[in-house]
Amino acid sequence: MSVYARRRIFNGVVMTLSVAATGFGLLWLVLVLWTLLENGIAALTPALFSQMTPPPGSAGGLLNAIFGSVMMTVTGTLIGTPTGILAGTFLAEYSRGSRFGEVVRFINDILLSAPSIIVGLFVYELMVVPMGHFSAWAGAVALAIIVVPVVVRTTEDMLNLVPNSLREAASALGSPKWKVIVMVSYRAAVQGMVTGVMLAVARIAGETAPLLFTALNNQFWSTDLNAPMANLPVVIFQFAMSPYADWQTLAWGGAVLITIAVLILNISARALASWSTFKQ
Amino acid sequence: MSPATARQAMPISPPDLPRTEAQPALRHKVLIRNVDFYYGTFKALKNISMPLHDRRVTAFIGPSGCGKSTLLRVLNRIYELYPGQRATGEVMVDNENILAPGLDLNLLRARIGMVFQKPTPFPMSIYDNIAFGVRLYETLPRHELDERVESALRRAALWEEVKDKLQQSGLSLSGGQQQRLCIARAVAVRPEILLLDEPASALDPISTQRIEELIAELKADYCIALVTHNMQQAARTSDYTAFMYLGELIEFDETERIFTHPKEKHTEDYITGRFG
Repeated sequence: MSVYARRRIFNGVVMTLSVAATGFGLLWLVLVLWTLLENGIAALTPALFSQMTPPPGSAGGLLNAIFGSVMMTVTGTLIGTPTGILAGTFLAEYSRGSRFGEVVRFINDILLSAPSIIVGLFVYELMVVPMGHFSAWAGAVALAIIVVPVVVRTTEDMLNLVPNSLREAASALGSPKWKVIVMVSYRAAVQGMVTGVMLAVARIAGETAPLLFTALNNQFWSTDLNAPMANLPVVIFQFAMSPYADWQTLAWGGAVLITIAVLILNISARALASWSTFKQ
Repeated sequence: MSPATARQAMPISPPDLPRTEAQPALRHKVLIRNVDFYYGTFKALKNISMPLHDRRVTAFIGPSGCGKSTLLRVLNRIYELYPGQRATGEVMVDNENILAPGLDLNLLRARIGMVFQKPTPFPMSIYDNIAFGVRLYETLPRHELDERVESALRRAALWEEVKDKLQQSGLSLSGGQQQRLCIARAVAVRPEILLLDEPASALDPISTQRIEELIAELKADYCIALVTHNMQQAARTSDYTAFMYLGELIEFDETERIFTHPKEKHTEDYITGRFG
């Protein structure tokens, strides 16, 4: 057998295996989405967006949970994003080659892959126990702790992609370092950094475990960040585990909502990233 | 002097013309004395001593890795952005040692402009690219800033091409235009010295020619140090040439002499292409 024939056969085998593996992964994704839509579409009624979570047996919607999720996701992002961007900036711009920077980067990577239930338990001990009650603040802080490592990582990676020649050029004009970072590095990296934040938001939008120990749940409409607050993931968890058919339908509806929201965020993040490469 | 009269007063000197006509008295703008440079433990420059004359172009030639770019990077201490790089010796600029500790590096760099091998426009509009450096040290009313931007762009022979799109991104320009934008940016802060690190090596012949014309015009006002791999470029544009090899300054003299009667055999071998 010639060397070319062997290469062709080998290529064919590897290609088949790769396509099969891709198909296997996609199959489950499609099945999950299909099941979700099949069961959830029926729940997407106006009532879902206008009524509170009901007691078993009566009609209702998810308005308080939707509001709570948006509230805590936004607050968590507002806390986590500046922290993450500043820490990422430190790693990329100030800590080059330093021992301390390496330690911070290592710890951040651990935090990045830490199970979110640990984060929930941590904030439970940190805030819920001393305060004596569950609260939306605690939920937002738990979500922020999940946001931070994601944003640190993307910020650092994006700033590392900014060529040193740009920093040199700005410094050579007599620019102080902070101005080089704010005016040049950030501008060159902004799209990537925004993409990172959006991916972090998409990640926390569906987190259940950290909220279970912190914001818990609330059957009623509440805008008080100092009180327990309803949120989609925990409501889905509670309703889906219940024996009541109308609760289960609402849980499907909530799941579809989160999926659509995450999908939109991911698509916007990608669009933003490709738009930026196109622009340059 | 307006850019237009500067252009008439300073035609591109062909290399074969003597460069002695109507020159003002020579003055050392920069005096490099016994400079050594280290990348970590590697010694990249060995005991360099030479002057840079005001209103003259000094070219640095030599094979890759000979230290010519390194020497340029010593002159505005840009190497200090990286830990582990250090220079010893003295670099006197107007009788002030700029290698002295405690010097404000930002103020120093505002006095010494630098243009790099690859064009480095900032990710902002053409206007802001120029205004960035000006705004660092001066607070000008809008119309004065507009004038500064325009005159810098005119000096860099870029104004006619960009005057209608000043708000477009600097990244939208061609490579040659970007490099002229970088020169305009350096000129706009009114430095005393211009360091050009292979400014035309990434450009096509036409853009290269424009940059060389520009250097010829700019030398009416500045002390210019030019690192180049292109020996014809050194011969065409410079008044003085320094030939470097393996971190040492082999020969420094008037360009004409370097290219016609070099004192060192080594220099002669290099410029005649016998080694490289």
